[in-house]
Amino acid sequence: MTTKKESSESTYTKRFDGRKFDELREIETKIGVIPEADGSAMYRSGKTIAIAAVYGPRKLHPQHMQNPQTGILRVNYDMMSFSVPDRKKPGPNRRGQEISKVIEWALSQCIDLESFPNTVIDVFIYIPQADAGTRVAGINAASMALAHAGVPMREMASAVAVGKMDKTIVADVCKEEEDYEEGEGATDIPICVLSRSKQIALLQLDGKISITELKEAIEMAKKACEKIHEIQVNTLKGAK
Amino acid sequence: MIIPRLQKQRIIEYMKQGKRFDGRKPEEFRDIEIKTGISLNAEGSASVKIGKTEVYVGVKMDVMEPYSDGPKEGTLTVGFELSPMASPDFDMGPPSIEAIEAGRILDRGLRESGFIDFEGLCIKEGEKVWGMYVDIYAINDAGNLMDAAALAALVALADARIPVYDEATGKVDRHQDRTDKKLPLVKEAMALNLTFHKIGDKIIVDPTREEEQISDYRVSFACSSHKGKPRISSIQKGKEGAITDKEMETILSLLEVKFNEMYEHLSKKIFKK
Repeated sequence: MTTKKESSESTYTKRFDGRKFDELREIETKIGVIPEADGSAMYRSGKTIAIAAVYGPRKLHPQHMQNPQTGILRVNYDMMSFSVPDRKKPGPNRRGQEISKVIEWALSQCIDLESFPNTVIDVFIYIPQADAGTRVAGINAASMALAHAGVPMREMASAVAVGKMDKTIVADVCKEEEDYEEGEGATDIPICVLSRSKQIALLQLDGKISITELKEAIEMAKKACEKIHEIQVNTLKGAK
Repeated sequence: MIIPRLQKQRIIEYMKQGKRFDGRKPEEFRDIEIKTGISLNAEGSASVKIGKTEVYVGVKMDVMEPYSDGPKEGTLTVGFELSPMASPDFDMGPPSIEAIEAGRILDRGLRESGFIDFEGLCIKEGEKVWGMYVDIYAINDAGNLMDAAALAALVALADARIPVYDEATGKVDRHQDRTDKKLPLVKEAMALNLTFHKIGDKIIVDPTREEEQISDYRVSFACSSHKGKPRISSIQKGKEGAITDKEMETILSLLEVKFNEMYEHLSKKIFKK
Protein backbone atom coordinates (compact mmCIF):
# COMPACT_ATOMS: atom_id res chain seq x y z
CA MET A 1 0.00 0.00 0.00
CA THR A 2 1.26 3.46 -0.83
CA THR A 3 1.89 5.58 2.23
CA LYS A 4 0.33 9.01 2.42
CA LYS A 5 3.69 10.73 2.44
CA GLU A 6 4.81 9.10 -0.77
CA SER A 7 1.60 9.60 -2.67
CA SER A 8 1.52 13.29 -1.78
CA GLU A 9 4.95 13.66 -3.32
CA SER A 10 4.01 11.83 -6.47
CA THR A 11 2.55 13.58 -9.50
CA TYR A 12 0.20 10.64 -10.01
CA THR A 13 -2.37 11.27 -7.30
CA LYS A 14 -5.49 10.06 -9.04
CA ARG A 15 -5.84 7.19 -11.47
CA PHE A 16 -7.03 7.93 -15.01
CA ASP A 17 -10.02 5.63 -14.63
CA GLY A 18 -10.77 6.65 -11.04
CA ARG A 19 -9.72 3.35 -9.44
CA LYS A 20 -8.12 3.11 -6.02
CA PHE A 21 -4.38 2.47 -6.25
CA ASP A 22 -4.72 -1.19 -5.33
CA GLU A 23 -7.98 -1.72 -7.19
CA LEU A 24 -8.21 -4.14 -10.11
CA ARG A 25 -10.20 -3.44 -13.25
CA GLU A 26 -13.53 -5.20 -13.72
CA ILE A 27 -12.88 -8.90 -14.20
CA GLU A 28 -14.96 -11.25 -16.33
CA THR A 29 -14.18 -14.94 -16.72
CA LYS A 30 -15.64 -17.80 -18.71
CA ILE A 31 -14.84 -21.49 -19.10
CA GLY A 32 -15.26 -23.69 -22.17
CA VAL A 33 -15.11 -20.95 -24.79
CA ILE A 34 -13.38 -23.27 -27.29
CA PRO A 35 -15.32 -26.56 -27.37
CA GLU A 36 -12.85 -28.41 -29.65
CA ALA A 37 -10.06 -27.95 -27.09
CA ASP A 38 -9.53 -30.17 -24.05
CA GLY A 39 -9.84 -27.10 -21.87
CA SER A 40 -10.40 -23.42 -22.49
CA ALA A 41 -11.08 -20.12 -20.77
CA MET A 42 -11.54 -16.41 -21.30
CA TYR A 43 -10.21 -13.80 -18.88
CA ARG A 44 -11.06 -10.12 -19.23
CA SER A 45 -9.63 -7.33 -17.11
CA GLY A 46 -11.17 -4.02 -18.14
CA LYS A 47 -10.60 -3.75 -21.87
CA THR A 48 -7.91 -6.42 -22.04
CA ILE A 49 -9.21 -9.82 -23.18
CA ALA A 50 -7.30 -13.11 -23.30
CA ILE A 51 -8.56 -16.46 -24.51
CA ALA A 52 -6.67 -19.69 -23.90
CA ALA A 53 -7.03 -23.24 -25.19
CA VAL A 54 -5.31 -26.36 -23.86
CA TYR A 55 -4.67 -29.52 -25.87
CA GLY A 56 -3.17 -32.53 -24.18
CA PRO A 57 -1.39 -34.21 -22.63
CA ARG A 58 -1.02 -35.59 -26.16
CA LYS A 59 1.67 -37.49 -28.00
CA LEU A 60 4.58 -35.25 -28.94
CA HIS A 61 5.69 -35.18 -32.57
CA PRO A 62 8.33 -35.37 -33.91
CA GLN A 63 9.32 -38.38 -31.85
CA HIS A 64 12.89 -37.24 -31.22
CA MET A 65 11.51 -34.35 -29.17
CA GLN A 66 9.79 -36.73 -26.76
CA ASN A 67 11.27 -37.03 -23.30
CA PRO A 68 10.77 -40.40 -21.55
CA GLN A 69 11.39 -38.69 -18.21
CA THR A 70 8.81 -35.95 -18.43
CA GLY A 71 6.05 -34.32 -20.38
CA ILE A 72 6.65 -30.99 -22.04
CA LEU A 73 4.66 -27.80 -21.75
CA ARG A 74 4.46 -25.66 -24.87
CA VAL A 75 2.96 -22.18 -24.68
CA ASN A 76 2.14 -20.00 -27.64
CA TYR A 77 1.04 -16.43 -26.93
CA ASP A 78 -0.02 -14.17 -29.78
CA MET A 79 -1.86 -10.89 -30.15
CA MET A 80 -4.51 -10.71 -32.83
CA SER A 81 -3.50 -8.25 -35.54
CA PHE A 82 -6.40 -5.91 -34.77
CA SER A 83 -6.05 -6.03 -30.97
CA VAL A 84 -3.86 -2.92 -30.87
CA PRO A 85 -4.22 0.57 -32.43
CA ASP A 86 -1.42 0.00 -34.98
CA ARG A 87 -2.02 -3.32 -36.73
CA LYS A 88 0.34 -6.07 -35.67
CA LYS A 89 1.48 -8.33 -38.48
CA PRO A 90 -0.19 -11.73 -37.93
CA GLY A 91 2.01 -14.56 -36.74
CA PRO A 92 4.84 -14.87 -34.25
CA ASN A 93 7.33 -12.08 -33.58
CA ARG A 94 10.20 -11.71 -31.12
CA ARG A 95 8.04 -10.12 -28.43
CA GLY A 96 5.46 -12.89 -28.67
CA GLN A 97 8.10 -15.59 -28.53
CA GLU A 98 9.70 -14.14 -25.41
CA ILE A 99 6.36 -13.76 -23.68
CA SER A 100 5.39 -17.31 -24.64
CA LYS A 101 8.57 -18.55 -22.99
CA VAL A 102 8.16 -16.67 -19.69
CA ILE A 103 4.53 -17.79 -19.47
CA GLU A 104 5.66 -21.36 -20.19
CA TRP A 105 8.16 -21.17 -17.31
CA ALA A 106 5.50 -19.80 -14.98
CA LEU A 107 2.84 -22.38 -15.84
CA SER A 108 5.27 -25.31 -15.77
CA GLN A 109 5.45 -24.79 -11.98
CA CYS A 110 1.75 -25.63 -11.66
CA ILE A 111 1.73 -28.93 -13.50
CA ASP A 112 3.13 -32.31 -12.60
CA LEU A 113 4.69 -32.84 -16.03
CA GLU A 114 6.69 -35.87 -14.92
CA SER A 115 3.48 -37.88 -14.71
CA PHE A 116 3.10 -37.60 -18.48
CA PRO A 117 6.34 -38.79 -20.09
CA ASN A 118 6.69 -38.48 -23.87
CA THR A 119 3.74 -36.12 -24.12
CA VAL A 120 3.16 -32.45 -24.72
CA ILE A 121 0.61 -30.10 -23.23
CA ASP A 122 -0.07 -27.29 -25.67
CA VAL A 123 -1.38 -23.97 -24.41
CA PHE A 124 -2.51 -21.42 -26.99
CA ILE A 125 -3.19 -17.87 -25.84
CA TYR A 126 -4.71 -15.20 -28.06
CA ILE A 127 -5.36 -11.55 -27.28
CA PRO A 128 -8.35 -10.27 -29.27
CA GLN A 129 -8.33 -6.87 -27.53
CA ALA A 130 -5.42 -5.23 -25.72
CA ASP A 131 -5.30 -2.49 -23.08
CA ALA A 132 -2.03 -3.43 -21.29
CA GLY A 133 -1.47 -6.46 -19.08
CA THR A 134 -1.99 -8.97 -21.88
CA ARG A 135 0.60 -11.50 -20.69
CA VAL A 136 -0.85 -11.60 -17.18
CA ALA A 137 -4.39 -11.89 -18.54
CA GLY A 138 -3.03 -14.72 -20.71
CA ILE A 139 -1.64 -16.52 -17.65
CA ASN A 140 -4.93 -16.17 -15.79
CA ALA A 141 -6.88 -17.57 -18.75
CA ALA A 142 -4.33 -20.36 -19.35
CA SER A 143 -4.30 -21.44 -15.71
CA MET A 144 -8.08 -21.80 -15.77
CA ALA A 145 -7.95 -23.60 -19.12
CA LEU A 146 -5.42 -26.12 -17.73
CA ALA A 147 -7.68 -26.83 -14.76
CA HIS A 148 -10.70 -27.03 -17.08
CA ALA A 149 -8.82 -29.58 -19.22
CA GLY A 150 -8.41 -31.71 -16.10
CA VAL A 151 -4.63 -31.51 -16.15
CA PRO A 152 -3.47 -32.45 -12.61
CA MET A 153 -2.21 -29.24 -11.04
CA ARG A 154 -0.19 -28.66 -7.88
CA GLU A 155 -1.49 -25.13 -7.68
CA MET A 156 -3.00 -22.41 -9.82
CA ALA A 157 -1.23 -19.43 -11.35
CA SER A 158 -2.63 -15.92 -10.97
CA ALA A 159 -0.96 -12.85 -12.38
CA VAL A 160 -1.23 -9.09 -12.41
CA ALA A 161 0.78 -6.19 -13.76
CA VAL A 162 1.56 -3.78 -10.98
CA GLY A 163 3.07 -0.46 -11.93
CA LYS A 164 4.67 2.67 -10.67
CA MET A 165 3.43 5.96 -12.09
CA ASP A 166 5.98 8.53 -10.97
CA LYS A 167 6.21 7.44 -7.30
CA THR A 168 2.79 5.86 -6.95
CA ILE A 169 2.44 2.08 -6.91
CA VAL A 170 -0.76 0.83 -8.57
CA ALA A 171 -2.29 -2.54 -9.37
CA ASP A 172 -3.48 -3.75 -12.79
CA VAL A 173 -1.96 -1.12 -15.05
CA CYS A 174 -3.98 0.00 -18.11
CA LYS A 175 -2.49 1.34 -21.35
CA GLU A 176 -2.99 4.99 -20.45
CA GLU A 177 -0.99 4.43 -17.26
CA GLU A 178 1.67 2.46 -19.08
CA ASP A 179 2.28 5.58 -21.18
CA TYR A 180 2.54 7.92 -18.13
CA GLU A 181 5.46 10.28 -18.61
CA GLU A 182 5.49 12.73 -15.70
CA GLY A 183 8.00 12.55 -12.85
CA GLU A 184 9.79 9.22 -12.86
CA GLY A 185 7.45 8.02 -15.59
CA ALA A 186 5.91 4.57 -15.74
CA THR A 187 7.37 1.30 -14.49
CA ASP A 188 5.59 -1.88 -15.53
CA ILE A 189 5.96 -5.02 -13.40
CA PRO A 190 4.12 -8.17 -14.51
CA ILE A 191 4.08 -10.68 -11.65
CA CYS A 192 2.69 -14.21 -11.47
CA VAL A 193 2.04 -15.66 -8.00
CA LEU A 194 1.33 -19.35 -7.36
CA SER A 195 -1.80 -19.99 -5.34
CA ARG A 196 -0.52 -22.34 -2.59
CA SER A 197 3.21 -21.79 -2.26
CA LYS A 198 2.84 -18.03 -2.91
CA GLN A 199 6.03 -18.24 -4.94
CA ILE A 200 6.71 -15.83 -7.74
CA ALA A 201 6.62 -17.72 -11.04
CA LEU A 202 6.98 -14.79 -13.39
CA LEU A 203 8.66 -11.47 -12.74
CA GLN A 204 9.56 -8.84 -15.26
CA LEU A 205 10.13 -5.12 -14.98
CA ASP A 206 10.51 -2.19 -17.34
CA GLY A 207 11.31 1.21 -15.87
CA LYS A 208 13.01 2.56 -12.76
CA ILE A 209 12.30 1.51 -9.19
CA SER A 210 13.97 1.45 -5.76
CA ILE A 211 14.25 -1.72 -3.69
CA THR A 212 11.71 -0.46 -1.12
CA GLU A 213 9.24 0.39 -3.87
CA LEU A 214 9.75 -2.99 -5.52
CA LYS A 215 8.97 -4.76 -2.24
CA GLU A 216 5.83 -2.68 -1.94
CA ALA A 217 4.88 -3.54 -5.53
CA ILE A 218 5.34 -7.27 -4.90
CA GLU A 219 3.17 -7.05 -1.77
CA MET A 220 0.45 -5.36 -3.78
CA ALA A 221 0.74 -8.01 -6.51
CA LYS A 222 0.39 -10.82 -3.97
CA LYS A 223 -2.82 -9.35 -2.57
CA ALA A 224 -4.19 -8.76 -6.06
CA CYS A 225 -3.35 -12.32 -7.12
CA GLU A 226 -5.26 -13.68 -4.13
CA LYS A 227 -8.38 -11.89 -5.37
CA ILE A 228 -7.80 -13.12 -8.91
CA HIS A 229 -7.27 -16.67 -7.70
CA GLU A 230 -10.58 -16.57 -5.87
CA ILE A 231 -12.36 -15.51 -9.06
CA GLN A 232 -10.58 -18.24 -11.06
CA VAL A 233 -11.60 -20.91 -8.56
CA ASN A 234 -15.20 -19.72 -8.39
CA THR A 235 -15.44 -19.75 -12.16
CA LEU A 236 -14.12 -23.30 -12.31
CA LYS A 237 -16.48 -24.41 -9.53
CA GLY A 238 -19.42 -22.93 -11.39
CA ALA A 239 -18.52 -24.81 -14.57
CA LYS A 240 -19.70 -28.31 -15.30
CA MET B 1 -8.12 -35.67 -37.81
CA ILE B 2 -7.93 -39.18 -39.21
CA ILE B 3 -11.37 -40.73 -39.50
CA PRO B 4 -11.37 -44.52 -39.19
CA ARG B 5 -12.62 -46.25 -42.32
CA LEU B 6 -15.50 -47.84 -40.44
CA GLN B 7 -16.73 -44.50 -39.22
CA LYS B 8 -16.48 -43.12 -42.72
CA GLN B 9 -18.65 -46.00 -43.95
CA ARG B 10 -21.20 -45.32 -41.23
CA ILE B 11 -21.41 -41.65 -42.14
CA ILE B 12 -21.90 -42.54 -45.82
CA GLU B 13 -24.53 -45.21 -45.08
CA TYR B 14 -26.40 -42.77 -42.87
CA MET B 15 -26.13 -40.10 -45.52
CA LYS B 16 -27.68 -42.41 -48.13
CA GLN B 17 -30.82 -42.36 -45.99
CA GLY B 18 -30.59 -38.57 -45.88
CA LYS B 19 -29.41 -38.57 -42.26
CA ARG B 20 -26.45 -36.90 -40.59
CA PHE B 21 -24.80 -37.78 -37.30
CA ASP B 22 -25.98 -34.56 -35.65
CA GLY B 23 -29.56 -35.11 -36.80
CA ARG B 24 -29.57 -32.49 -39.53
CA LYS B 25 -30.84 -32.95 -43.08
CA PRO B 26 -28.24 -32.74 -45.85
CA GLU B 27 -29.32 -29.21 -46.84
CA GLU B 28 -29.71 -27.93 -43.29
CA PHE B 29 -27.48 -25.25 -41.72
CA ARG B 30 -26.70 -25.02 -38.03
CA ASP B 31 -27.76 -21.87 -36.13
CA ILE B 32 -25.84 -18.74 -37.02
CA GLU B 33 -24.91 -16.20 -34.35
CA ILE B 34 -23.44 -12.82 -35.25
CA LYS B 35 -21.73 -10.31 -32.93
CA THR B 36 -20.13 -6.98 -33.81
CA GLY B 37 -17.63 -4.79 -31.98
CA ILE B 38 -15.68 -7.62 -30.39
CA SER B 39 -12.41 -5.66 -30.43
CA LEU B 40 -12.24 -1.95 -29.59
CA ASN B 41 -8.96 -1.21 -31.32
CA ALA B 42 -10.13 -2.58 -34.66
CA GLU B 43 -11.80 -0.22 -37.14
CA GLY B 44 -14.50 -2.88 -37.35
CA SER B 45 -14.81 -6.34 -35.84
CA ALA B 46 -17.14 -9.29 -35.58
CA SER B 47 -17.48 -12.84 -34.45
CA VAL B 48 -19.61 -15.41 -36.19
CA LYS B 49 -20.70 -18.73 -34.81
CA ILE B 50 -22.16 -21.49 -36.96
CA GLY B 51 -23.10 -24.14 -34.45
CA LYS B 52 -19.92 -24.56 -32.40
CA THR B 53 -17.66 -23.22 -35.13
CA GLU B 54 -16.44 -19.75 -34.32
CA VAL B 55 -14.29 -17.12 -36.04
CA TYR B 56 -13.13 -13.62 -35.07
CA VAL B 57 -12.54 -10.99 -37.73
CA GLY B 58 -11.01 -7.56 -37.34
CA VAL B 59 -10.58 -4.81 -39.93
CA LYS B 60 -7.63 -2.45 -39.59
CA MET B 61 -7.03 0.49 -41.92
CA ASP B 62 -3.96 2.46 -42.82
CA VAL B 63 -2.94 5.12 -45.31
CA MET B 64 -0.76 3.82 -48.10
CA GLU B 65 0.48 4.35 -51.61
CA PRO B 66 -1.83 2.88 -54.27
CA TYR B 67 -0.68 0.16 -56.62
CA SER B 68 0.37 1.44 -60.05
CA ASP B 69 -2.47 -0.43 -61.78
CA GLY B 70 -5.07 1.26 -59.58
CA PRO B 71 -3.93 4.80 -58.69
CA LYS B 72 -7.41 5.74 -57.44
CA GLU B 73 -8.20 2.49 -55.63
CA GLY B 74 -7.89 1.53 -52.02
CA THR B 75 -6.27 -1.81 -51.23
CA LEU B 76 -7.48 -4.97 -49.54
CA THR B 77 -5.45 -7.65 -47.79
CA VAL B 78 -7.21 -10.71 -46.44
CA GLY B 79 -5.49 -13.04 -43.98
CA PHE B 80 -6.86 -16.23 -42.52
CA GLU B 81 -5.13 -17.72 -39.47
CA LEU B 82 -6.03 -21.35 -38.91
CA SER B 83 -4.73 -21.02 -35.38
CA PRO B 84 -3.84 -24.26 -33.58
CA MET B 85 -6.15 -23.02 -30.82
CA ALA B 86 -9.18 -23.87 -32.95
CA SER B 87 -8.54 -27.52 -33.66
CA PRO B 88 -6.20 -30.38 -32.80
CA ASP B 89 -5.60 -30.65 -36.57
CA PHE B 90 -3.92 -27.27 -37.00
CA ASP B 91 -0.21 -26.92 -36.39
CA MET B 92 1.89 -23.97 -35.40
CA GLY B 93 4.26 -22.40 -37.84
CA PRO B 94 3.90 -20.58 -41.15
CA PRO B 95 0.44 -20.55 -42.78
CA SER B 96 -0.49 -23.97 -44.14
CA ILE B 97 -1.64 -24.41 -47.73
CA GLU B 98 -5.18 -24.79 -46.36
CA ALA B 99 -4.98 -21.37 -44.69
CA ILE B 100 -3.50 -19.78 -47.80
CA GLU B 101 -6.18 -21.27 -50.04
CA ALA B 102 -8.98 -20.24 -47.69
CA GLY B 103 -7.63 -16.69 -47.46
CA ARG B 104 -7.43 -16.41 -51.23
CA ILE B 105 -10.96 -17.71 -51.74
CA LEU B 106 -12.30 -15.15 -49.28
CA ASP B 107 -10.21 -12.41 -50.89
CA ARG B 108 -11.70 -13.19 -54.31
CA GLY B 109 -15.21 -13.34 -52.96
CA LEU B 110 -14.88 -9.85 -51.47
CA ARG B 111 -13.02 -8.35 -54.42
CA GLU B 112 -14.93 -9.73 -57.40
CA SER B 113 -18.42 -9.18 -56.03
CA GLY B 114 -18.00 -5.41 -56.12
CA PHE B 115 -19.00 -5.20 -52.45
CA ILE B 116 -16.24 -2.69 -51.76
CA ASP B 117 -16.14 0.54 -53.77
CA PHE B 118 -12.36 0.73 -53.96
CA GLU B 119 -12.38 4.17 -55.62
CA GLY B 120 -14.29 5.49 -52.64
CA LEU B 121 -11.16 4.79 -50.61
CA CYS B 122 -8.95 7.18 -52.55
CA ILE B 123 -7.46 10.07 -50.57
CA LYS B 124 -5.22 11.55 -53.26
CA GLU B 125 -4.96 9.92 -56.66
CA GLY B 126 -1.66 8.18 -57.25
CA GLU B 127 -0.38 9.13 -53.80
CA LYS B 128 -2.58 8.16 -50.88
CA VAL B 129 -5.35 5.61 -50.54
CA TRP B 130 -6.86 3.68 -47.66
CA GLY B 131 -5.61 0.16 -47.23
CA MET B 132 -7.82 -2.37 -45.51
CA TYR B 133 -6.59 -5.42 -43.69
CA VAL B 134 -9.18 -8.05 -42.98
CA ASP B 135 -7.65 -10.52 -40.54
CA ILE B 136 -9.59 -13.65 -39.73
CA TYR B 137 -8.82 -15.95 -36.79
CA ALA B 138 -10.30 -19.41 -36.39
CA ILE B 139 -11.33 -19.73 -32.74
CA ASN B 140 -13.10 -23.09 -32.79
CA ASP B 141 -13.28 -25.41 -35.77
CA ALA B 142 -16.33 -27.63 -35.67
CA GLY B 143 -16.51 -27.57 -39.47
CA ASN B 144 -17.31 -25.05 -42.21
CA LEU B 145 -14.86 -22.37 -41.13
CA MET B 146 -15.01 -21.06 -44.68
CA ASP B 147 -18.64 -19.91 -44.70
CA ALA B 148 -18.28 -18.58 -41.15
CA ALA B 149 -15.14 -16.62 -42.03
CA ALA B 150 -16.66 -15.11 -45.18
CA LEU B 151 -19.75 -14.02 -43.27
CA ALA B 152 -17.72 -12.57 -40.41
CA ALA B 153 -15.60 -10.61 -42.89
CA LEU B 154 -18.75 -9.00 -44.32
CA VAL B 155 -20.03 -8.15 -40.85
CA ALA B 156 -16.70 -6.66 -39.75
CA LEU B 157 -16.44 -4.54 -42.92
CA ALA B 158 -19.99 -3.26 -42.40
CA ASP B 159 -19.11 -2.51 -38.76
CA ALA B 160 -15.95 -0.55 -39.65
CA ARG B 161 -15.54 3.22 -39.22
CA ILE B 162 -12.80 5.06 -41.07
CA PRO B 163 -10.06 6.48 -38.82
CA VAL B 164 -8.97 10.12 -38.84
CA TYR B 165 -6.54 11.02 -41.62
CA ASP B 166 -4.03 13.69 -40.67
CA GLU B 167 -3.19 15.66 -43.81
CA ALA B 168 -0.15 17.30 -42.21
CA THR B 169 1.64 14.03 -41.50
CA GLY B 170 -0.02 11.99 -44.24
CA LYS B 171 -0.76 9.33 -41.66
CA VAL B 172 -3.62 8.04 -39.53
CA ASP B 173 -4.16 10.01 -36.33
CA ARG B 174 -4.56 7.25 -33.75
CA HIS B 175 -4.99 9.71 -30.88
CA GLN B 176 -8.40 10.67 -32.15
CA ASP B 177 -11.46 8.48 -32.16
CA ARG B 178 -12.46 7.05 -35.48
CA THR B 179 -14.84 9.11 -37.64
CA ASP B 180 -18.49 8.08 -37.97
CA LYS B 181 -17.87 7.41 -41.64
CA LYS B 182 -18.50 3.87 -42.79
CA LEU B 183 -16.61 2.11 -45.56
CA PRO B 184 -17.96 2.65 -49.10
CA LEU B 185 -19.79 -0.65 -49.40
CA VAL B 186 -22.29 -1.66 -52.05
CA LYS B 187 -24.98 -3.40 -50.06
CA GLU B 188 -26.59 -5.11 -53.06
CA ALA B 189 -23.24 -6.60 -54.07
CA MET B 190 -22.65 -8.30 -50.73
CA ALA B 191 -21.50 -11.82 -51.55
CA LEU B 192 -22.47 -14.67 -49.27
CA ASN B 193 -20.18 -17.69 -49.24
CA LEU B 194 -21.82 -21.09 -49.48
CA THR B 195 -19.83 -24.32 -49.49
CA PHE B 196 -21.15 -27.70 -50.63
CA HIS B 197 -19.59 -31.09 -49.98
CA LYS B 198 -20.23 -34.42 -51.64
CA ILE B 199 -20.52 -37.37 -49.27
CA GLY B 200 -21.67 -40.77 -50.56
CA ASP B 201 -24.39 -39.93 -53.06
CA LYS B 202 -25.47 -36.72 -51.33
CA ILE B 203 -24.58 -33.06 -51.55
CA ILE B 204 -24.55 -31.35 -48.15
CA VAL B 205 -24.19 -27.83 -46.79
CA ASP B 206 -22.51 -26.61 -43.60
CA PRO B 207 -20.32 -29.67 -42.94
CA THR B 208 -19.02 -30.73 -39.53
CA ARG B 209 -15.26 -31.28 -39.22
CA GLU B 210 -15.77 -35.04 -39.65
CA GLU B 211 -17.88 -34.58 -42.77
CA GLU B 212 -15.29 -32.22 -44.25
CA GLN B 213 -12.62 -34.85 -43.76
CA ILE B 214 -14.40 -37.67 -45.55
CA SER B 215 -16.10 -35.77 -48.37
CA ASP B 216 -15.09 -36.48 -51.98
CA TYR B 217 -14.96 -32.82 -52.93
CA ARG B 218 -16.14 -29.38 -51.91
CA VAL B 219 -17.30 -26.40 -53.93
CA SER B 220 -17.49 -22.88 -52.50
CA PHE B 221 -19.52 -20.12 -54.14
CA ALA B 222 -19.49 -16.41 -53.37
CA CYS B 223 -22.92 -15.25 -54.38
CA SER B 224 -24.53 -11.80 -54.40
CA SER B 225 -28.02 -10.69 -55.36
CA HIS B 226 -28.65 -9.31 -58.85
CA LYS B 227 -32.24 -8.32 -59.66
CA GLY B 228 -33.44 -10.72 -57.01
CA LYS B 229 -31.47 -13.65 -58.39
CA PRO B 230 -28.18 -15.10 -57.17
CA ARG B 231 -25.15 -13.88 -59.08
CA ILE B 232 -21.97 -15.89 -58.61
CA SER B 233 -18.72 -13.95 -58.35
CA SER B 234 -16.25 -16.62 -57.32
CA ILE B 235 -16.03 -20.40 -57.21
CA GLN B 236 -13.49 -22.80 -55.84
CA LYS B 237 -13.68 -26.54 -56.18
CA GLY B 238 -11.46 -28.28 -53.66
CA LYS B 239 -10.10 -31.80 -53.10
CA GLU B 240 -9.55 -34.67 -55.53
CA GLY B 241 -13.13 -35.73 -56.31
CA ALA B 242 -14.70 -34.61 -59.60
CA ILE B 243 -18.21 -33.34 -60.25
CA THR B 244 -20.67 -35.15 -62.52
CA ASP B 245 -23.23 -33.26 -64.63
CA LYS B 246 -26.04 -34.44 -62.41
CA GLU B 247 -24.25 -33.37 -59.25
CA MET B 248 -23.52 -29.96 -60.74
CA GLU B 249 -27.21 -29.54 -61.39
CA THR B 250 -28.05 -30.57 -57.83
CA ILE B 251 -25.46 -28.21 -56.41
CA LEU B 252 -26.65 -25.24 -58.45
CA SER B 253 -30.29 -25.74 -57.58
CA LEU B 254 -29.37 -26.20 -53.92
CA LEU B 255 -27.28 -23.04 -54.14
CA GLU B 256 -30.32 -21.12 -55.35
CA VAL B 257 -32.52 -22.55 -52.59
CA LYS B 258 -30.04 -21.84 -49.78
CA PHE B 259 -29.24 -18.41 -51.18
CA ASN B 260 -32.92 -17.41 -51.29
CA GLU B 261 -33.40 -18.77 -47.80
CA MET B 262 -30.44 -17.03 -46.22
CA TYR B 263 -29.43 -13.94 -48.19
CA GLU B 264 -32.09 -11.38 -47.28
CA HIS B 265 -32.13 -12.47 -43.68
CA LEU B 266 -28.35 -12.19 -43.26
CA SER B 267 -28.16 -8.97 -45.25
CA LYS B 268 -30.63 -7.37 -42.84
CA LYS B 269 -28.59 -8.56 -39.88
CA ILE B 270 -25.36 -7.22 -41.33
CA PHE B 271 -26.72 -3.80 -42.28
CA LYS B 272 -28.98 -3.30 -39.31
CA LYS B 273 -27.22 -0.11 -38.21
